[in-house]
Amino acid sequence: MNKFLWPLVGFIALVVLLAVGLNLNPRDVPSPLVGKPAANFSLPVLGVDRKFGPEDMKGKVWLLNVWASWCISCRQEHPILVELGRKNIVPVIGLNYKEVRGDGETDMAKTDTASEDKLARQRATKWLTQHGDPYVLSVLDLDGRVGIDYGVYGVPETYIIDKAGIIRMKHTGPVTPDDLRKKILPLVAELNK
Amino acid sequence: MIRSGRLLALIWLGFGALFAQAKDAAPLAEDPLTEKRLLAITAELRCLVCQNQTIADSNADLANDFRREIRKLIAEGKSDQEILDFMVARYGDFVRYRPPVKGTTILLWAGPGVLLVIGLAVLIRYLRRRNDAIADTELTAEELQQANALLAETTDKKPQ
Repeated sequence: MNKFLWPLVGFIALVVLLAVGLNLNPRDVPSPLVGKPAANFSLPVLGVDRKFGPEDMKGKVWLLNVWASWCISCRQEHPILVELGRKNIVPVIGLNYKEVRGDGETDMAKTDTASEDKLARQRATKWLTQHGDPYVLSVLDLDGRVGIDYGVYGVPETYIIDKAGIIRMKHTGPVTPDDLRKKILPLVAELNK
Repeated sequence: MIRSGRLLALIWLGFGALFAQAKDAAPLAEDPLTEKRLLAITAELRCLVCQNQTIADSNADLANDFRREIRKLIAEGKSDQEILDFMVARYGDFVRYRPPVKGTTILLWAGPGVLLVIGLAVLIRYLRRRNDAIADTELTAEELQQANALLAETTDKKPQ
């Protein structure tokens, strides 16, 4: 009896370990930024000639959604964001991440800042016209420098920032209706209390 | 048959073209000292896009951004530790190839050693038990006769 029991127990333990390991998402890296103040920035706003920074949102709970027109999985979450934007529950600010250089198609050695900016505005505006614009406004992070401050490593990413400007949650990858219902909206409601 | 061979060759060529178009590493900056430090630092950092590569090894877009950022930090006179801290503050311990020993990483550091000790203990226990089980016992006269008979039988029936 004992002779067969131990290998069986060992085997089951191994199966459990591997099952847990296979169900973990290796892309879901915990962010050290949760609980820290959202990094300050001042970036040009898409469509108008002014700048925006997180300080403009002081006193409000808001979402920062990192997106780009070349980002394929952004298309998956976009209808959900558009729907959320329509409901006016929480303001969503778009951080357009490396619109031009991010797709790897443009030779950046031959593109100067002015034409990169122009191209980025064109592409981003066109994409939002096509797929709907859920954002209060979008800012342009052409070189991805602000992205580094926010620990961006895969687009789309979504941050929940509270009234005091503290990052309360980071979601990596497309937002699903489930994420919205079970994680994001309850937290937004709690922070708005 | 010939056609399928041709198709294969075409696919093969297609792959070749794909690799040929892969990006070359970004050119080195002017200052060799900066580059040496950059290489040492980026060898310690994990590329978050291709998670099993260091940033030094990676040509991913994000790795290029990191290199640009680290070059800038070096130019600003930051120490290696300050640069590592900069990365960890944004991307967490996961960005380091050698995560610090603490509560959440203790399993990672101690796990292999613990497994080795368990394995050795099991092996030693097993070997001792086996040793005990095969202790010598005297044969009875009857058993000895039986054994001799069996031995005689095998020597008689040698294969031709």
